[in-house]
Amino acid sequence: MKIGVVVFPGSNCDHDCAHVFRNVLGQYVEMIWHKETLLKGLDAIVLPGGFSYGDYLRTGAIARFSPVMGAVKEFAKGGGMVIGICNGFQILLEAGLLPGAMLRNESLNFICKDVYVKVENAATAFTGSCESGQVLKIPIAHADGNYYTDPVTLAAMQANAQIVLRYCTPDGKVTPEANPNGSLDNIAGIINPEGNVIGMMPHPERCAEEMLGNEDGRLIFVSMLDALKKARQQPKMVGAG
Amino acid sequence: MKAKIHVTLKQGILDPQGKAIEHALDSLGFKNAANVRVGKYMELDLDEKDKAKAEVEVRQMCEKLLANTIIEEYRYELG
Repeated sequence: MKIGVVVFPGSNCDHDCAHVFRNVLGQYVEMIWHKETLLKGLDAIVLPGGFSYGDYLRTGAIARFSPVMGAVKEFAKGGGMVIGICNGFQILLEAGLLPGAMLRNESLNFICKDVYVKVENAATAFTGSCESGQVLKIPIAHADGNYYTDPVTLAAMQANAQIVLRYCTPDGKVTPEANPNGSLDNIAGIINPEGNVIGMMPHPERCAEEMLGNEDGRLIFVSMLDALKKARQQPKMVGAG
Repeated sequence: MKAKIHVTLKQGILDPQGKAIEHALDSLGFKNAANVRVGKYMELDLDEKDKAKAEVEVRQMCEKLLANTIIEEYRYELG
């Protein structure tokens, strides 16, 4: 599979994401500078973590207008698989590819630690290799992970199973104590209604190989590759997007 | 024309920064302050003499970039 990793000025998790796909999972990876406007032949796009544009104005607020985002939007509109991690999630929110917005962490602290997240929806292209209710240990590192949306949108997301990951205790209980940043409904990761775009605050690329002592994050990437393989095997129907 | 823009969190959005500042004020002995909310102030020079046109432009800037209208509201002065 051919994976594109977008690099904005200030992105700093791009190489970790590329490393997982290329060296751990043996895929072809292309680094995409944010000024590129043509994306060809990609199977999936990664918007990595970091501090695009220094988080100036609001995190992700300026990156969402980078030239590459037009092509990313088209790719997503056509059903292409997009994963936004941390700053990538923030950019997807600002770009309107996912609903809601990020607020400053309730504690006002930048929080950098392992957390536990519960897989609320194991039927997505990003969690297919997980069990429903499985608990993953994945690190977070952010100051603006306090997810917010209005009650109407939240209800729709819940009805649509768009909430994919929620902060929980090590044994899978979703409690206020397990919520590191005040995020609404302990939300750590969501997908769009069509299910091809995911945004998640934790960093699965930091725990995707045995040498690092934690491989839970690898499940997200393996799920993506499995979904892509399955999609390739389906005969394309006339008129399908 | 100069545009002065204030961007603030919408009412009802939790503002932990405001709360932290409120507590700090209280510790300093300012017991009369409540509901501290923190916002952004921006100013820019607009090369437009027509106030109506300037207003349209500034509003578009706010809607598109300067404010995230999911969580923020804005007001501006033109002069």
